[in-house]
Amino acid sequence: MEREVLLEVKDLDVIYGERKKKYKAVKKVNFKIYKGETFGLVGESGSGKTTIGRAIMRIVPSAGGEILYKGDKINGRISPELDRKVIKEIQMIFQDPQASLNERAKVDYIISEGLMNIEKGISEEERKARVEQAILDVGLLPEFSSRFPHEFSGGQRQRIGIARALIMNPEFIIADEPISALDVSVRAQVLNLLSDMQKKRQITYLFIAHDLSVMRFITDRIGVIHKGRIVEMAETEELITHAIHPYTRALLSAIPMPDPRHERKKKLLVYDPDCHDYAREEPAWMELREGHFVLANTKEADEWMKE
Amino acid sequence: MAEKMLTVEELEIKFELRGKTLNAIRGISLDLHKGEILAIVGESGSGKSVFTKSFMGLLDQNGKITGGRIMYYGADDGKPIELTALKKEKEWYKIRGHEIAMIMQDPMTSLNPLKTIGNQIMEAVMLHQKSSRAEAKKKTLQYLEDVGISHPDRRFSQYPHEFSGGMRQRVVIAIAIACAPQILICDEPTTALDVTIQAQILDLIKDLRHKYKLSVILITHDLGVVANIADRVAVMYAGDIIEIGTSEDIFYDPRHPYTQALLSSLPQVGVKGTDLFSIPGTPPNLFTEVKGDAFAPRNPRALKIDFVEMPPYFQVSPTHRAKTWLLDPRAPKVEPPAVVEKIRNGGLI
Repeated sequence: MEREVLLEVKDLDVIYGERKKKYKAVKKVNFKIYKGETFGLVGESGSGKTTIGRAIMRIVPSAGGEILYKGDKINGRISPELDRKVIKEIQMIFQDPQASLNERAKVDYIISEGLMNIEKGISEEERKARVEQAILDVGLLPEFSSRFPHEFSGGQRQRIGIARALIMNPEFIIADEPISALDVSVRAQVLNLLSDMQKKRQITYLFIAHDLSVMRFITDRIGVIHKGRIVEMAETEELITHAIHPYTRALLSAIPMPDPRHERKKKLLVYDPDCHDYAREEPAWMELREGHFVLANTKEADEWMKE
Repeated sequence: MAEKMLTVEELEIKFELRGKTLNAIRGISLDLHKGEILAIVGESGSGKSVFTKSFMGLLDQNGKITGGRIMYYGADDGKPIELTALKKEKEWYKIRGHEIAMIMQDPMTSLNPLKTIGNQIMEAVMLHQKSSRAEAKKKTLQYLEDVGISHPDRRFSQYPHEFSGGMRQRVVIAIAIACAPQILICDEPTTALDVTIQAQILDLIKDLRHKYKLSVILITHDLGVVANIADRVAVMYAGDIIEIGTSEDIFYDPRHPYTQALLSSLPQVGVKGTDLFSIPGTPPNLFTEVKGDAFAPRNPRALKIDFVEMPPYFQVSPTHRAKTWLLDPRAPKVEPPAVVEKIRNGGLI
């Protein structure tokens, strides 16, 4: 059965700066996200993972390639109707709950700001009711709506950020490192909340993070990104148990596990970007195992598969 | 048993905040042995940073040590120093850097952006090792090499902005080492770094500990990091150490319900498609007196006595003790959570 593709990114390029100072942050990135799944993008800082999320949100313009949402191109110039639809249906949850909420607005306003912009003429009664529902959905109390962000802890603020996304009834949420700024015990709560919401409302997620151990828990498929290129992509368990690309393997070896004996005998793999010999043959996107894609040239692909 | 570098006895620290008193540290006792890496784990607000700052006289103005004492045994002349009795800043100068050095979380803010990194390290060498300029420069180049910075002679005259986050943290470590300390306190040294860089920095700390015979205190909230590096682990909750033991004790045989809950909530141990275990409730308000076991209100299996009387330490093994009534011989037998079995059998990977 063919699954419905919700979002497709084709040969996406993003360039920062102009002329001599040009920097290509994202290079020819391709991936599809199916309806109802959680797709993860993993990479280190500077790899371009956040830029991809922002390009889909249209916060940064794309320099080349296409972003298709339900088959419609959403980057570049688009019609106002499509624009409104995209704003409503694609929402984002940000990394830092300290920085992403308007300090001068009450929670009530923060959560319903998007609603008031998109559903103009919404009655005050309905707005109130929907804010209250959103607050309850994320496990906060309705009386919080008249408070200011500084009165909340990091975990609560992140819930407010999630409520703000949920109130729009989005189909697709881009979550950019939603738990990296939170404490261990609160992380679990927020992760559970995100997966509950997915079960209840069939929301599709693009989950951006640097931590493969979190990814393993929450995502269905993962793309590993390094220096603006996706180097490996597969179903989560397949990727973690049969990583092929040396960069992915280095990332995996670096995850600290809560097991002292394992940690002591573990060998750290270090990825050297110069280990590829791309002078003779350019790398291409290859399916080396079923549903498991790697960026490689034929020679190194053979070598990696032997190991 | 190794020789002791530092002992803390019944330490209490209180903060005055808007006319109210915050009981930040509630009677902690702890020994640091020579050459060991001791990890202090806890959530934000558990007091782990305040606790270690008191070893260096770095508490904020409104914070006071109201009870207990801290003894330091690593001085050059071999005489013990009572750190809690030091009053003047001048007396602290002898301790800070040369006896106890500290590495902060954020390598972006702990370096001076206007000075070359070579000069920043040299400054420490000249001050604490009383070297001449030429000698200090030679040593600085050696330190740079020791912390894994290639081309030290070229890097010497570069500024912090020319370094990546991981490299800056290496420089910060070089400065700490250049003070020739006995104890190195690392406050979340890798939280701001990528996983691959984190692994390298942890390896570096392990190497340096042997090379310079350091005793290391590592503050972190990441239990994975702890498993990687620590010899012993102290788990802090609400201003108290509720369990302490070797890494093996804590990861394979955790006894306090809070330690068990922390381990269970790690995404590394989660099973996809099921909810990750999360600890209900919030930590207690330390402005008011905590009665009984501070974790009891969040512990669904708390005993009646947990709400009434604070548990003492129960010795589990010579290296392992925990503050929970569950270890009392009269307590009902409670099975450890499934996650413990999973970690013990290496079933994580």
